Amino acid sequence: MYYLTKNLASKISLLPMIIISLTVFVGCIIYSFIYSLTGSKLIPALNYVGFQQYERLFKSRKWDVAVENIFIYGFVFTIGCLVIGFLLAVLIDQKIRGESLFRTIFLYPYAMSFVVTGLVWKWVLNPTFGLEHSMHLWGFDWFKLDWLVNRELAIYAVCIAAVWQGAGFVMVLMLAGLRGIDEDIWKSLSIEGIPKWRSYLFVILPMIRPMVVTSIVLIAAGVVKVYDLILALTSGGPGYATATPAMYVMENFFGRANLGQAFAASIIMFISVICILAPWAYYEFYFRNKEAK
Amino acid sequence: MLVLQVKRFIDLISKTFYLILNFKGRKIMKKFFSILLTLFIPLSFTNASKAGGHMEAEVIHWWVSGGEQAAISKFAEAWQDMGGTWIDTAITGGENARGTTVNRIIGGNPPTAAQFNISKQFVDLVEQGQLQSLEEVASAEGWRDFIYPPELIETCEFEGEFYCVPVNIHSAQWMWINNEVFEKAGVPKPNTIQDFIAVAPQIQDAGFIPLALGGQPWQEGLMFDVVASSTLGFPHMAKLYRDKDVEAFRDGKMEMVLQTYRDLNKFIDEGAPGRLWNDATAMVVEGKAAMQIMGDWARGEFAVAGKEAKVDYDCVIPGKEKYVALGGDVFVFPKNSDPKVKEIQLKMASMMVNPTVQANFNNAKGSLPMRLDVDTSAADACMQMGLELIQQPSAIMRENDDWNSPAFTSAWEDIISEFRNDPNYSVSAAMDDLEAVLTSGL
Repeated sequence: MYYLTKNLASKISLLPMIIISLTVFVGCIIYSFIYSLTGSKLIPALNYVGFQQYERLFKSRKWDVAVENIFIYGFVFTIGCLVIGFLLAVLIDQKIRGESLFRTIFLYPYAMSFVVTGLVWKWVLNPTFGLEHSMHLWGFDWFKLDWLVNRELAIYAVCIAAVWQGAGFVMVLMLAGLRGIDEDIWKSLSIEGIPKWRSYLFVILPMIRPMVVTSIVLIAAGVVKVYDLILALTSGGPGYATATPAMYVMENFFGRANLGQAFAASIIMFISVICILAPWAYYEFYFRNKEAK
Repeated sequence: MLVLQVKRFIDLISKTFYLILNFKGRKIMKKFFSILLTLFIPLSFTNASKAGGHMEAEVIHWWVSGGEQAAISKFAEAWQDMGGTWIDTAITGGENARGTTVNRIIGGNPPTAAQFNISKQFVDLVEQGQLQSLEEVASAEGWRDFIYPPELIETCEFEGEFYCVPVNIHSAQWMWINNEVFEKAGVPKPNTIQDFIAVAPQIQDAGFIPLALGGQPWQEGLMFDVVASSTLGFPHMAKLYRDKDVEAFRDGKMEMVLQTYRDLNKFIDEGAPGRLWNDATAMVVEGKAAMQIMGDWARGEFAVAGKEAKVDYDCVIPGKEKYVALGGDVFVFPKNSDPKVKEIQLKMASMMVNPTVQANFNNAKGSLPMRLDVDTSAADACMQMGLELIQQPSAIMRENDDWNSPAFTSAWEDIISEFRNDPNYSVSAAMDDLEAVLTSGL
């Protein structure tokens, strides 16, 4: 009873949010699961087929490619953004001239929607009229940049576009962290004679851990739902070499009129996210609380 | 009329977006002004229609390329002549447009009319009772007597009632040839796919791209169907797509078709993936590429560019036996809670089958009308070929999506697309995967 009445006012004010979360999120998850057991086509219908949709999903070559792609994309995009974002932040932190100009330039891509980013890189990377074509016209015949139309490399082309857009955002977060470091720490580091790169890597980086965690969470959320960028950049092609799970779901929802399959795929996506998040959440909220005590 | 203004605005955005997607510098200014015009004309005539009968109709369709817009405006003009208001909701890409339609029906805000293909795409909507029956106007006007070929009635009729209006017939299996390029390369124009493969290396040596293709799954699937049907003939195709006959599939001819399809791949430029079909057509129109395998809607792009059939470009139906595939478009009319809408919908359905409107629309679209008593004197040489063919019932060919659900056709297309793009995907592996789709019961 004590737990219920403690901070009663704040609990009441949170009530709408709790209700919305429960009905929208939990409700939709249950709804999706129920309909993933049906043979729904264009319109949801309750004709149960058991786990047939899941069976079909796991047999699908396209789904395999999609899952593989999301891991490649997630890894390259997260690491790329963090490394490049941190480097940019460190460079800007050197009290350079025209800092605000560079900050604006680096952050600018983030102001664009993924669709625009996708279209821009689609033109840049297109071998028949993009960068490769220009280089050929300038006389560099050996130049080859066919990532976008090469099945093996197309997903990395997507990563480049995504990192180009996301790195600036990470830079801003990291820079905010770097600016919060006390001047005295720098002074003591220089008295000890520790090289700058080591100070950044082993002293400063652990100090801005909250910023790193925030960046990772924000980036990771973007990874799972990546759809618009790929749609604009490759539409999942060539073939289905750059398909992603979110795209698989959307395709089956709309164009393919295959709702049951789409629900099954989204439930699998949901379970995978839970599998990845659960251990981390457990660590963050349980172990760290214990440590603090 | 705020709602109307907002819809106009969305329309404008979607069209602008299409322009960006279709990056064609010299056409952009021209189109920009035409968009400005489409924005302002309805504003002026909205007021006029307020005074009149207030027949407001929102139509969702995916006709956004130059030739296609010229065609849909014929419907809009005819509708406006009847005193109606035409709210044009053009959405790039058939899948997106159909998705929007279904979403809006489920969401309780259905459009007045919506475009689908002659196919099984809207069967679910009929079965769930979401579409307006058009039987009232169909039996009053005797649609069953004049709609030709009768296969179209089959598509639209469910339990003795009409649920869609076929507006045109588009056949998919055409080769569009730039005459000048073939002359420059010094090779004869092909009559079959195999002919083309024989001369394509010489076209390549002459510095042209032999085959223009947009590397999207539906285009790759279309090209595959053309290769298959021109090699195997319609009866064999029907065994595959209609009967799902595994024996016919495994009789050794399919491997040959897949091999031919792979051979064609050598003559496609590497910029193909993701290209839109009309950009590929533009390559043929501009003389960069020698040929495109595409449906007869490509004709509209040649017409817009001012090219003349049989003079500047040629159209060939490949294969020894010529077929005209029964593709095309229908409009369906989702049920609306407002009883006034039904009246408007029936009027619009009747307008769409009107012979004069049919003539104007199909001449602009480059498609065949859905009735024989239409004035087709304005048809060019390529359209005449189709018109002659369609009058022979034995030459009418049904397609994959006439018999199968979108889930089946897109699973099929996925494999074809992957087969084209992945050189390591062997013919035998593709055969196994295609058979799995064939027997999947999708």
